[in-house]
Amino acid sequence: MKMYVCIKQIPDPNTVVSKLDPNTKRLVRSGVSLVLDPGDESTISAAIKLRDTVGNSELTAISMGPASAQEAMRRALAMGVDRAILVTDPALAGSDALGTARVLAAVLKKEGPDLVFCATESTDGYTGMVPGGIAEFLALPQLTFAREITIESQKIVIKRVTLTGYQTVESPLPAVITIASGSFEAIYPTMKGIMGAKKKPFTQLSLADLGIDASEVGEAGARERIISIGKVEARAAGQVIKDDGNAAQAIADFLQRYQLL
Amino acid sequence: MSTTIWVLVELDNGQPARSSLEVLGKAAQLGRAEAVVLGSSAAEVAPTLGEYGAEKVYVHADPVYDTYLTLPAVDTLSDLLKQHQPALLMLATTYDLRDIAARLNARHNMGLITDATDVQFDGDTLQVTVPWGGENMVAATFPRQGTGIVLTRPKAFGVERHEGKTAEVETLSPSLSAASQQIKILDRVEVQSEGPSLEDANVIVSGGRGLGKAENFHFVEQLAAALGGAAGATRAIVDAGWLPYSYQVGQTGKTVKPTLYVAAGISGAIQHLAGMKGSKYIVAINKDEHAPIFSVADFGVVGDVLTILPQLTAEVKKRKAQ
Repeated sequence: MKMYVCIKQIPDPNTVVSKLDPNTKRLVRSGVSLVLDPGDESTISAAIKLRDTVGNSELTAISMGPASAQEAMRRALAMGVDRAILVTDPALAGSDALGTARVLAAVLKKEGPDLVFCATESTDGYTGMVPGGIAEFLALPQLTFAREITIESQKIVIKRVTLTGYQTVESPLPAVITIASGSFEAIYPTMKGIMGAKKKPFTQLSLADLGIDASEVGEAGARERIISIGKVEARAAGQVIKDDGNAAQAIADFLQRYQLL
Repeated sequence: MSTTIWVLVELDNGQPARSSLEVLGKAAQLGRAEAVVLGSSAAEVAPTLGEYGAEKVYVHADPVYDTYLTLPAVDTLSDLLKQHQPALLMLATTYDLRDIAARLNARHNMGLITDATDVQFDGDTLQVTVPWGGENMVAATFPRQGTGIVLTRPKAFGVERHEGKTAEVETLSPSLSAASQQIKILDRVEVQSEGPSLEDANVIVSGGRGLGKAENFHFVEQLAAALGGAAGATRAIVDAGWLPYSYQVGQTGKTVKPTLYVAAGISGAIQHLAGMKGSKYIVAINKDEHAPIFSVADFGVVGDVLTILPQLTAEVKKRKAQ
Protein backbone atom coordinates (compact mmCIF):
# COMPACT_ATOMS: atom_id res chain seq x y z
CA MET A 1 0.00 0.00 0.00
CA LYS A 2 1.03 3.58 -0.58
CA MET A 3 0.73 5.30 2.78
CA TYR A 4 1.26 8.98 3.58
CA VAL A 5 1.49 10.97 6.77
CA CYS A 6 0.97 14.75 6.84
CA ILE A 7 3.19 16.46 9.39
CA LYS A 8 4.06 19.93 10.63
CA GLN A 9 6.91 21.70 12.35
CA ILE A 10 5.75 23.97 15.17
CA PRO A 11 7.22 26.08 18.01
CA ASP A 12 8.08 23.65 20.82
CA PRO A 13 4.88 23.57 22.91
CA ASN A 14 6.88 22.52 25.98
CA THR A 15 9.20 25.51 26.03
CA VAL A 16 7.66 28.24 23.89
CA VAL A 17 4.70 30.43 24.74
CA SER A 18 3.28 31.01 21.27
CA LYS A 19 2.96 34.64 20.28
CA LEU A 20 1.30 36.47 17.43
CA ASP A 21 3.25 39.20 15.69
CA PRO A 22 1.06 42.31 16.11
CA ASN A 23 2.04 43.59 12.63
CA THR A 24 1.91 40.51 10.43
CA LYS A 25 -0.68 38.87 12.74
CA ARG A 26 1.16 35.60 12.15
CA LEU A 27 2.69 33.12 14.55
CA VAL A 28 6.16 34.19 15.66
CA ARG A 29 8.56 31.52 14.39
CA SER A 30 11.89 33.31 14.49
CA GLY A 31 14.13 32.89 17.50
CA VAL A 32 12.05 30.07 18.97
CA SER A 33 12.82 26.39 19.14
CA LEU A 34 10.95 24.45 16.44
CA VAL A 35 10.05 20.77 16.68
CA LEU A 36 8.03 18.10 14.96
CA ASP A 37 4.50 18.45 16.38
CA PRO A 38 4.15 15.91 19.25
CA GLY A 39 0.74 14.93 17.86
CA ASP A 40 2.49 14.04 14.60
CA GLU A 41 4.97 11.84 16.46
CA SER A 42 2.17 9.62 17.65
CA THR A 43 0.53 9.71 14.19
CA ILE A 44 3.82 8.71 12.53
CA SER A 45 4.19 5.91 15.08
CA ALA A 46 0.71 4.61 14.24
CA ALA A 47 1.47 4.80 10.52
CA ILE A 48 4.80 2.96 10.82
CA LYS A 49 3.16 0.18 12.81
CA LEU A 50 0.39 -0.22 10.26
CA ARG A 51 2.87 -0.17 7.36
CA ASP A 52 4.83 -2.97 9.00
CA THR A 53 1.70 -4.98 9.82
CA VAL A 54 0.27 -4.71 6.30
CA GLY A 55 3.64 -5.39 4.69
CA ASN A 56 4.86 -4.54 1.19
CA SER A 57 4.01 -0.90 1.86
CA GLU A 58 5.77 2.44 1.68
CA LEU A 59 5.24 5.37 4.05
CA THR A 60 5.90 8.94 2.86
CA ALA A 61 5.82 12.06 5.04
CA ILE A 62 4.43 15.25 3.50
CA SER A 63 4.72 18.73 4.91
CA MET A 64 4.16 22.32 3.91
CA GLY A 65 6.39 24.89 5.54
CA PRO A 66 9.55 26.95 5.38
CA ALA A 67 12.88 25.30 4.51
CA SER A 68 13.55 24.84 8.25
CA ALA A 69 10.77 22.22 8.29
CA GLN A 70 13.35 19.84 6.77
CA GLU A 71 14.54 19.17 10.31
CA ALA A 72 11.14 17.94 11.44
CA MET A 73 10.98 15.74 8.34
CA ARG A 74 14.43 14.29 9.09
CA ARG A 75 13.08 13.26 12.46
CA ALA A 76 10.15 11.52 10.77
CA LEU A 77 12.61 9.71 8.51
CA ALA A 78 14.72 8.76 11.54
CA MET A 79 11.63 7.32 13.22
CA GLY A 80 11.17 5.00 10.23
CA VAL A 81 9.29 6.88 7.50
CA ASP A 82 10.61 5.85 4.05
CA ARG A 83 10.71 9.15 2.18
CA ALA A 84 9.72 12.80 2.57
CA ILE A 85 8.17 15.54 0.43
CA LEU A 86 8.31 19.17 1.56
CA VAL A 87 6.35 21.90 -0.18
CA THR A 88 8.03 25.21 0.41
CA ASP A 89 7.32 28.51 -1.30
CA PRO A 90 7.37 32.13 -0.11
CA ALA A 91 3.80 32.54 -1.40
CA LEU A 92 2.57 30.00 1.16
CA ALA A 93 3.18 32.23 4.19
CA GLY A 94 -0.04 33.12 5.97
CA SER A 95 -2.02 30.17 4.57
CA ASP A 96 -5.22 29.25 6.38
CA ALA A 97 -6.31 25.66 7.07
CA LEU A 98 -8.00 25.43 3.68
CA GLY A 99 -4.91 26.71 1.83
CA THR A 100 -2.80 24.14 3.66
CA ALA A 101 -5.26 21.36 2.81
CA ARG A 102 -5.24 22.45 -0.84
CA VAL A 103 -1.46 22.19 -1.07
CA LEU A 104 -1.18 18.85 0.72
CA ALA A 105 -4.05 17.45 -1.37
CA ALA A 106 -2.27 18.54 -4.57
CA VAL A 107 0.81 16.54 -3.58
CA LEU A 108 -1.31 13.52 -2.67
CA LYS A 109 -3.24 13.69 -5.93
CA LYS A 110 0.02 13.27 -7.85
CA GLU A 111 1.06 10.40 -5.61
CA GLY A 112 -2.17 8.37 -5.65
CA PRO A 113 -2.41 7.31 -2.00
CA ASP A 114 -4.15 4.26 -0.54
CA LEU A 115 -4.16 5.71 2.97
CA VAL A 116 -3.39 9.19 4.33
CA PHE A 117 -2.64 9.70 8.05
CA CYS A 118 -3.01 13.03 9.84
CA ALA A 119 -3.00 14.02 13.49
CA THR A 120 -6.43 15.05 14.71
CA GLU A 121 -5.17 18.63 14.90
CA SER A 122 -1.89 20.49 15.19
CA THR A 123 -0.62 21.47 18.62
CA ASP A 124 -0.11 25.13 17.61
CA GLY A 125 -3.20 26.00 15.56
CA TYR A 126 -5.75 23.49 16.89
CA THR A 127 -8.22 24.05 14.07
CA GLY A 128 -8.40 20.36 13.12
CA MET A 129 -9.72 21.44 9.72
CA VAL A 130 -6.86 20.29 7.47
CA PRO A 131 -7.57 16.51 7.37
CA GLY A 132 -11.24 16.97 6.39
CA GLY A 133 -10.18 19.52 3.77
CA ILE A 134 -7.67 17.11 2.26
CA ALA A 135 -10.30 14.36 2.20
CA GLU A 136 -12.79 16.65 0.45
CA PHE A 137 -10.26 17.81 -2.16
CA LEU A 138 -9.38 14.18 -2.90
CA ALA A 139 -13.04 13.06 -2.70
CA LEU A 140 -12.08 10.39 -0.14
CA PRO A 141 -13.86 9.31 3.04
CA GLN A 142 -12.36 10.58 6.29
CA LEU A 143 -12.11 8.44 9.39
CA THR A 144 -11.38 10.58 12.43
CA PHE A 145 -10.17 10.16 16.02
CA ALA A 146 -8.89 6.63 15.47
CA ARG A 147 -7.46 4.81 18.46
CA GLU A 148 -7.22 1.39 16.73
CA ILE A 149 -6.86 0.57 13.04
CA THR A 150 -7.40 -2.63 11.09
CA ILE A 151 -7.02 -3.13 7.34
CA GLU A 152 -9.16 -5.81 5.70
CA SER A 153 -8.69 -6.26 1.92
CA GLN A 154 -10.02 -3.01 0.44
CA LYS A 155 -11.55 -1.83 3.70
CA ILE A 156 -10.35 0.02 6.77
CA VAL A 157 -11.98 -0.41 10.18
CA ILE A 158 -11.21 1.86 13.12
CA LYS A 159 -12.25 2.36 16.69
CA ARG A 160 -13.27 6.03 16.75
CA VAL A 161 -13.08 7.87 20.06
CA THR A 162 -16.32 9.53 21.19
CA LEU A 163 -17.17 11.55 24.29
CA THR A 164 -18.59 8.53 26.08
CA GLY A 165 -16.68 5.60 24.58
CA TYR A 166 -16.02 4.62 21.00
CA GLN A 167 -17.64 3.66 17.71
CA THR A 168 -16.48 0.97 15.32
CA VAL A 169 -16.41 2.63 11.91
CA GLU A 170 -15.52 1.22 8.50
CA SER A 171 -14.96 2.70 5.09
CA PRO A 172 -13.59 1.63 1.74
CA LEU A 173 -9.98 2.48 0.79
CA PRO A 174 -8.42 4.81 -0.19
CA ALA A 175 -9.21 6.98 2.83
CA VAL A 176 -7.93 9.77 5.06
CA ILE A 177 -7.57 8.86 8.72
CA THR A 178 -6.84 10.98 11.81
CA ILE A 179 -5.21 9.62 14.93
CA ALA A 180 -6.34 10.34 18.50
CA SER A 181 -3.34 11.52 20.46
CA GLY A 182 -1.87 9.07 22.92
CA SER A 183 -3.53 6.00 21.43
CA PHE A 184 -0.41 4.53 19.89
CA GLU A 185 2.89 3.80 21.60
CA ALA A 186 5.56 6.24 20.44
CA ILE A 187 8.47 5.09 18.32
CA TYR A 188 11.74 6.88 19.08
CA PRO A 189 14.51 7.35 16.53
CA THR A 190 17.48 5.04 17.06
CA MET A 191 21.07 6.01 16.21
CA LYS A 192 20.81 3.70 13.21
CA GLY A 193 17.57 5.41 12.19
CA ILE A 194 19.14 8.85 12.47
CA MET A 195 22.13 7.82 10.33
CA GLY A 196 19.87 6.07 7.80
CA ALA A 197 17.57 9.10 7.52
CA LYS A 198 20.28 11.04 5.71
CA LYS A 199 20.22 8.58 2.82
CA LYS A 200 16.44 8.45 2.39
CA PRO A 201 14.77 10.22 -0.56
CA PHE A 202 13.86 13.82 0.17
CA THR A 203 11.91 15.86 -2.39
CA GLN A 204 11.29 19.57 -2.26
CA LEU A 205 8.44 21.07 -4.30
CA SER A 206 7.29 24.61 -5.07
CA LEU A 207 3.80 25.85 -5.88
CA ALA A 208 4.66 25.87 -9.58
CA ASP A 209 5.52 22.15 -9.36
CA LEU A 210 2.00 21.55 -8.09
CA GLY A 211 0.26 23.84 -10.58
CA ILE A 212 -1.36 25.86 -7.80
CA ASP A 213 -2.02 29.55 -8.34
CA ALA A 214 -0.45 31.69 -5.62
CA SER A 215 -3.73 33.61 -5.21
CA GLU A 216 -5.41 30.46 -3.86
CA VAL A 217 -3.03 29.99 -0.95
CA GLY A 218 -0.98 31.97 1.53
CA GLU A 219 -2.27 35.23 2.90
CA ALA A 220 -3.75 36.11 -0.51
CA GLY A 221 -6.00 33.07 -0.42
CA ALA A 222 -6.93 33.15 3.27
CA ARG A 223 -10.64 33.46 3.85
CA GLU A 224 -10.32 34.79 7.38
CA ARG A 225 -8.74 37.97 8.60
CA ILE A 226 -7.65 39.07 12.04
CA ILE A 227 -9.16 42.45 12.88
CA SER A 228 -7.36 43.01 16.15
CA ILE A 229 -5.33 41.28 18.81
CA GLY A 230 -6.20 42.08 22.41
CA LYS A 231 -5.23 40.88 25.84
CA VAL A 232 -7.19 38.32 27.80
CA GLU A 233 -8.65 39.65 31.00
CA ALA A 234 -6.48 37.88 33.53
CA ARG A 235 -8.13 35.87 36.26
CA ALA A 236 -6.99 37.33 39.55
CA ALA A 237 -4.60 35.02 41.33
CA GLY A 238 -5.54 34.04 44.85
CA GLN A 239 -3.58 33.01 47.88
CA VAL A 240 -0.60 30.69 47.50
CA ILE A 241 0.93 28.96 50.54
CA LYS A 242 3.91 26.64 51.00
CA ASP A 243 3.14 23.24 52.47
CA ASP A 244 4.40 23.14 56.05
CA GLY A 245 2.69 19.84 56.75
CA ASN A 246 -0.75 21.39 57.21
CA ALA A 247 -1.65 22.03 53.56
CA ALA A 248 -4.45 19.46 53.57
CA GLN A 249 -6.14 21.25 56.48
CA ALA A 250 -5.66 24.62 54.80
CA ILE A 251 -7.27 23.38 51.58
CA ALA A 252 -10.14 21.81 53.50
CA ASP A 253 -10.63 25.15 55.34
CA PHE A 254 -10.76 26.95 52.00
CA LEU A 255 -13.32 24.44 50.68
CA GLN A 256 -15.48 24.87 53.79
CA ARG A 257 -15.28 28.66 53.63
CA TYR A 258 -16.86 28.56 50.18
CA GLN A 259 -19.26 25.73 51.05
CA LEU A 260 -17.55 23.31 48.72
CA LEU A 261 -17.50 20.53 51.27
CA MET B 1 -34.27 42.25 7.05
CA SER B 2 -32.15 40.83 9.74
CA THR B 3 -29.19 38.61 9.12
CA THR B 4 -29.93 34.91 8.82
CA ILE B 5 -27.75 32.58 10.85
CA TRP B 6 -27.87 28.85 10.53
CA VAL B 7 -27.11 26.30 13.19
CA LEU B 8 -26.61 22.63 12.43
CA VAL B 9 -28.23 20.90 15.39
CA GLU B 10 -26.62 17.61 16.35
CA LEU B 11 -28.73 14.76 17.66
CA ASP B 12 -27.50 12.83 20.66
CA ASN B 13 -29.50 9.65 21.28
CA GLY B 14 -32.36 11.17 19.32
CA GLN B 15 -32.37 14.43 21.32
CA PRO B 16 -30.86 17.80 20.38
CA ALA B 17 -27.36 18.00 21.89
CA ARG B 18 -27.02 20.59 24.63
CA SER B 19 -23.98 22.07 22.87
CA SER B 20 -26.09 22.72 19.76
CA LEU B 21 -28.84 24.42 21.81
CA GLU B 22 -26.21 26.75 23.29
CA VAL B 23 -25.20 27.78 19.78
CA LEU B 24 -28.82 28.17 18.68
CA GLY B 25 -29.45 30.58 21.58
CA LYS B 26 -26.45 32.65 20.54
CA ALA B 27 -27.56 32.68 16.89
CA ALA B 28 -30.99 33.99 17.95
CA GLN B 29 -29.29 36.94 19.68
CA LEU B 30 -27.40 37.79 16.50
CA GLY B 31 -30.24 37.73 14.00
CA ARG B 32 -32.78 35.36 12.54
CA ALA B 33 -31.78 31.88 13.71
CA GLU B 34 -32.59 28.93 11.54
CA ALA B 35 -31.75 25.34 12.41
CA VAL B 36 -30.96 22.33 10.26
CA VAL B 37 -31.59 18.95 11.84
CA LEU B 38 -30.79 15.64 10.15
CA GLY B 39 -31.39 12.11 11.44
CA SER B 40 -34.09 9.56 12.17
CA SER B 41 -35.60 11.58 15.05
CA ALA B 42 -35.26 14.96 13.27
CA ALA B 43 -39.00 15.36 12.64
CA GLU B 44 -39.90 14.93 16.33
CA VAL B 45 -37.12 17.25 17.46
CA ALA B 46 -37.72 20.03 14.92
CA PRO B 47 -40.81 21.73 16.41
CA THR B 48 -39.20 21.95 19.86
CA LEU B 49 -36.23 23.95 18.51
CA GLY B 50 -38.43 27.06 18.42
CA GLU B 51 -38.19 27.17 22.20
CA TYR B 52 -34.41 27.43 21.88
CA GLY B 53 -34.43 30.30 19.42
CA ALA B 54 -35.02 28.86 15.94
CA GLU B 55 -37.47 30.79 13.74
CA LYS B 56 -37.34 28.09 11.12
CA VAL B 57 -36.13 24.50 11.04
CA TYR B 58 -35.06 22.53 7.97
CA VAL B 59 -35.66 18.86 8.59
CA HIS B 60 -34.62 15.67 6.92
CA ALA B 61 -35.71 12.68 8.95
CA ASP B 62 -33.64 9.84 7.56
CA PRO B 63 -31.72 7.11 9.42
CA VAL B 64 -28.90 7.33 6.85
CA TYR B 65 -27.49 10.23 8.90
CA ASP B 66 -27.40 8.03 12.02
CA THR B 67 -25.48 5.22 10.33
CA TYR B 68 -23.19 7.05 7.91
CA LEU B 69 -20.88 9.73 9.21
CA THR B 70 -20.16 13.14 7.70
CA LEU B 71 -20.80 12.75 3.98
CA PRO B 72 -24.62 12.59 3.79
CA ALA B 73 -24.87 15.63 6.09
CA VAL B 74 -22.28 17.51 4.00
CA ASP B 75 -24.19 16.78 0.78
CA THR B 76 -27.54 17.89 2.17
CA LEU B 77 -26.17 21.03 3.83
CA SER B 78 -24.16 21.84 0.78
CA ASP B 79 -27.26 22.01 -1.45
CA LEU B 80 -29.19 23.95 1.19
CA LEU B 81 -26.42 26.51 1.61
CA LYS B 82 -26.28 27.12 -2.14
CA GLN B 83 -30.02 27.61 -2.23
CA HIS B 84 -30.46 29.90 0.78
CA GLN B 85 -27.06 31.50 1.36
CA PRO B 86 -27.32 32.40 5.05
CA ALA B 87 -24.76 34.90 6.32
CA LEU B 88 -23.27 32.44 8.74
CA LEU B 89 -23.28 28.75 9.64
CA MET B 90 -22.58 28.11 13.32
CA LEU B 91 -21.73 24.73 14.82
CA ALA B 92 -20.73 23.53 18.26
CA THR B 93 -17.24 22.01 18.40
CA THR B 94 -17.97 18.29 18.63
CA TYR B 95 -16.37 15.25 17.02
CA ASP B 96 -19.01 14.88 14.31
CA LEU B 97 -19.69 18.55 13.58
CA ARG B 98 -16.00 19.34 13.17
CA ASP B 99 -15.72 16.70 10.45
CA ILE B 100 -18.75 18.14 8.65
CA ALA B 101 -17.49 21.73 8.90
CA ALA B 102 -14.05 20.86 7.48
CA ARG B 103 -15.52 19.33 4.34
CA LEU B 104 -18.13 22.03 3.76
CA ASN B 105 -15.37 24.60 4.05
CA ALA B 106 -13.34 22.88 1.34
CA ARG B 107 -16.27 22.12 -0.94
CA HIS B 108 -17.50 25.71 -1.05
CA ASN B 109 -14.25 27.59 -0.51
CA MET B 110 -15.85 29.21 2.54
CA GLY B 111 -14.17 30.92 5.45
CA LEU B 112 -13.94 29.06 8.71
CA ILE B 113 -13.08 30.20 12.22
CA THR B 114 -12.67 27.64 14.99
CA ASP B 115 -12.72 27.78 18.80
CA ALA B 116 -14.85 30.93 19.01
CA THR B 117 -15.99 32.09 22.43
CA ASP B 118 -18.09 34.98 21.17
CA VAL B 119 -19.68 36.21 17.96
CA GLN B 120 -20.94 39.77 17.48
CA PHE B 121 -21.82 42.16 14.69
CA ASP B 122 -20.07 45.51 14.77
CA GLY B 123 -22.32 47.30 12.31
CA ASP B 124 -22.21 45.00 9.30
CA THR B 125 -18.88 43.50 10.25
CA LEU B 126 -18.91 40.12 11.90
CA GLN B 127 -16.50 39.89 14.81
CA VAL B 128 -15.56 36.45 16.05
CA THR B 129 -13.65 36.27 19.32
CA VAL B 130 -11.03 33.54 19.59
CA PRO B 131 -8.81 33.15 22.66
CA TRP B 132 -5.29 32.58 21.40
CA GLY B 133 -2.18 31.31 23.12
CA GLY B 134 -3.23 32.02 26.68
CA GLU B 135 -2.79 35.75 26.81
CA ASN B 136 -4.33 37.03 23.59
CA MET B 137 -7.89 37.51 22.43
CA VAL B 138 -8.13 37.68 18.67
CA ALA B 139 -11.05 39.29 16.84
CA ALA B 140 -11.43 37.78 13.38
CA THR B 141 -13.81 38.16 10.46
CA PHE B 142 -14.56 36.92 6.94
CA PRO B 143 -13.50 39.59 4.46
CA ARG B 144 -15.24 37.97 1.49
CA GLN B 145 -18.83 37.60 0.37
CA GLY B 146 -20.66 34.39 1.08
CA THR B 147 -21.42 32.18 4.04
CA GLY B 148 -18.75 31.81 6.69
CA ILE B 149 -18.51 28.94 9.17
CA VAL B 150 -17.91 29.43 12.89
CA LEU B 151 -17.20 26.55 15.26
CA THR B 152 -17.81 27.64 18.83
CA ARG B 153 -16.19 26.44 22.01
CA PRO B 154 -18.42 24.24 24.21
CA LYS B 155 -20.07 26.09 27.10
CA ALA B 156 -19.22 29.49 25.64
CA PHE B 157 -22.95 30.30 25.71
CA GLY B 158 -25.83 29.32 27.96
CA VAL B 159 -29.01 27.58 26.79
CA GLU B 160 -31.97 29.97 26.45
CA ARG B 161 -35.42 28.43 26.54
CA HIS B 162 -38.61 30.28 25.67
CA GLU B 163 -41.40 27.89 26.52
CA GLY B 164 -44.22 27.65 24.03
CA LYS B 165 -42.37 29.43 21.23
CA THR B 166 -42.70 27.56 17.93
CA ALA B 167 -40.69 27.35 14.75
CA GLU B 168 -41.75 27.03 11.16
CA VAL B 169 -40.74 23.59 9.91
CA GLU B 170 -39.70 22.85 6.33
CA THR B 171 -39.42 19.19 5.49
CA LEU B 172 -36.68 18.35 3.01
CA SER B 173 -36.55 15.37 0.72
CA PRO B 174 -33.09 15.33 -0.83
CA SER B 175 -31.97 12.10 -2.44
CA LEU B 176 -28.90 10.82 -0.65
CA SER B 177 -26.33 9.40 -3.02
CA ALA B 178 -24.80 5.96 -2.53
CA ALA B 179 -21.40 7.64 -2.78
CA SER B 180 -22.09 9.51 0.44
CA GLN B 181 -22.76 6.28 2.32
CA GLN B 182 -19.17 5.22 2.84
CA ILE B 183 -18.20 5.94 6.43
CA LYS B 184 -20.34 3.42 8.23
CA ILE B 185 -20.84 3.10 11.99
CA LEU B 186 -20.88 -0.62 12.76
CA ASP B 187 -21.45 -0.30 16.49
CA ARG B 188 -21.32 2.13 19.39
CA VAL B 189 -19.77 1.30 22.74
CA GLU B 190 -20.39 3.37 25.86
CA VAL B 191 -17.67 3.07 28.44
CA GLN B 192 -19.27 3.33 31.85
CA SER B 193 -17.33 5.19 34.47
CA GLU B 194 -18.24 5.56 38.10
CA GLY B 195 -19.49 8.88 39.42
CA PRO B 196 -20.53 11.90 37.37
CA SER B 197 -19.12 12.54 33.88
CA LEU B 198 -16.55 15.31 33.44
CA GLU B 199 -19.06 17.50 31.61
CA ASP B 200 -21.69 17.23 34.32
CA ALA B 201 -19.54 17.17 37.43
CA ASN B 202 -19.72 19.99 39.97
CA VAL B 203 -16.32 19.03 41.26
CA ILE B 204 -13.37 17.91 39.14
CA VAL B 205 -9.99 16.74 40.38
CA SER B 206 -7.43 16.56 37.58
CA GLY B 207 -3.93 15.15 37.54
CA GLY B 208 -0.85 15.98 35.49
CA ARG B 209 2.79 15.06 35.04
CA GLY B 210 3.54 16.00 38.64
CA LEU B 211 2.01 12.69 39.71
CA GLY B 212 5.19 11.07 38.42
CA LYS B 213 3.72 7.86 37.06
CA ALA B 214 0.43 6.36 35.88
CA GLU B 215 0.04 4.25 39.05
CA ASN B 216 -0.25 7.42 41.14
CA PHE B 217 -3.39 8.57 39.33
CA HIS B 218 -5.48 6.68 41.90
CA PHE B 219 -4.68 9.49 44.39
CA VAL B 220 -6.61 11.80 42.06
CA GLU B 221 -9.48 9.35 41.71
CA GLN B 222 -9.70 8.90 45.47
CA LEU B 223 -9.96 12.63 46.13
CA ALA B 224 -12.51 12.99 43.32
CA ALA B 225 -14.59 10.20 44.85
CA ALA B 226 -14.37 11.74 48.34
CA LEU B 227 -15.58 15.07 46.94
CA GLY B 228 -18.33 13.40 44.89
CA GLY B 229 -16.72 14.58 41.67
CA ALA B 230 -15.07 13.33 38.51
CA ALA B 231 -11.40 12.72 37.73
CA GLY B 232 -9.73 14.46 34.80
CA ALA B 233 -6.29 14.66 33.22
CA THR B 234 -3.97 16.87 31.20
CA ARG B 235 -3.08 16.25 27.58
CA ALA B 236 0.49 15.41 28.65
CA ILE B 237 -0.51 12.35 30.67
CA VAL B 238 -3.15 11.30 28.15
CA ASP B 239 -0.51 11.53 25.40
CA ALA B 240 1.81 9.51 27.62
CA GLY B 241 -0.83 6.78 27.60
CA TRP B 242 -1.64 6.89 31.34
CA LEU B 243 -5.32 7.40 30.66
CA PRO B 244 -7.77 7.33 27.77
CA TYR B 245 -8.58 10.47 25.81
CA SER B 246 -11.98 10.74 27.48
CA TYR B 247 -10.26 12.06 30.63
CA GLN B 248 -8.60 14.98 28.89
CA VAL B 249 -9.47 18.49 30.03
CA GLY B 250 -8.23 21.30 27.82
CA GLN B 251 -8.62 23.07 24.56
CA THR B 252 -8.50 19.81 22.62
CA GLY B 253 -10.20 17.74 25.28
CA LYS B 254 -13.21 18.79 27.26
CA THR B 255 -14.04 22.31 28.31
CA VAL B 256 -15.29 22.18 31.88
CA LYS B 257 -16.85 24.76 34.19
CA PRO B 258 -17.36 23.02 37.53
CA THR B 259 -17.89 24.83 40.81
CA LEU B 260 -14.60 23.44 42.10
CA TYR B 261 -11.56 22.41 40.07
CA VAL B 262 -8.60 20.86 41.85
CA ALA B 263 -5.42 20.79 39.72
CA ALA B 264 -3.00 18.22 41.14
CA GLY B 265 0.55 18.18 39.77
CA ILE B 266 -0.50 20.29 36.79
CA SER B 267 1.85 23.05 35.66
CA GLY B 268 -0.88 24.84 33.71
CA ALA B 269 -0.01 24.64 30.02
CA ILE B 270 -2.03 27.13 28.00
CA GLN B 271 -4.04 24.45 26.34
CA HIS B 272 -5.07 23.04 29.71
CA LEU B 273 -5.94 26.44 31.19
CA ALA B 274 -8.16 27.09 28.18
CA GLY B 275 -10.30 24.12 29.13
CA MET B 276 -10.74 24.82 32.83
CA LYS B 277 -10.28 28.45 33.75
CA GLY B 278 -14.01 29.04 33.59
CA SER B 279 -14.30 27.00 36.81
CA LYS B 280 -15.76 28.93 39.75
CA TYR B 281 -13.09 28.00 42.29
CA ILE B 282 -9.67 26.64 41.40
CA VAL B 283 -7.36 24.93 43.87
CA ALA B 284 -3.86 24.03 42.70
CA ILE B 285 -1.16 21.83 44.18
CA ASN B 286 2.25 21.88 42.51
CA LYS B 287 5.85 21.65 43.64
CA ASP B 288 7.01 24.48 41.35
CA GLU B 289 6.01 27.84 42.81
CA HIS B 290 6.42 29.45 39.36
CA ALA B 291 3.96 27.09 37.67
CA PRO B 292 1.43 29.06 35.58
CA ILE B 293 -1.44 27.22 37.25
CA PHE B 294 -0.94 29.41 40.34
CA SER B 295 -1.80 32.50 38.29
CA VAL B 296 -5.38 31.27 37.94
CA ALA B 297 -5.76 29.48 41.28
CA ASP B 298 -7.94 30.88 44.05
CA PHE B 299 -5.99 28.78 46.51
CA GLY B 300 -2.58 27.33 45.73
CA VAL B 301 -0.26 25.06 47.65
CA VAL B 302 3.41 24.72 46.79
CA GLY B 303 4.17 21.20 47.86
CA ASP B 304 4.36 17.51 47.03
CA VAL B 305 1.17 16.35 45.42
CA LEU B 306 1.79 12.72 46.40
CA THR B 307 1.92 13.69 50.07
CA ILE B 308 -0.90 16.20 50.07
CA LEU B 309 -3.51 14.32 47.99
CA PRO B 310 -3.95 11.38 50.39
CA GLN B 311 -3.94 13.74 53.38
CA LEU B 312 -6.58 15.90 51.75
CA THR B 313 -8.71 12.87 50.86
CA ALA B 314 -8.62 11.77 54.49
CA GLU B 315 -9.39 15.31 55.69
CA VAL B 316 -12.34 15.66 53.31
CA LYS B 317 -13.76 12.31 54.43
CA LYS B 318 -13.32 13.27 58.08
CA ARG B 319 -15.03 16.65 57.72
CA LYS B 320 -17.85 15.22 55.61
CA ALA B 321 -18.51 12.65 58.33
CA GLN B 322 -18.80 15.32 61.03
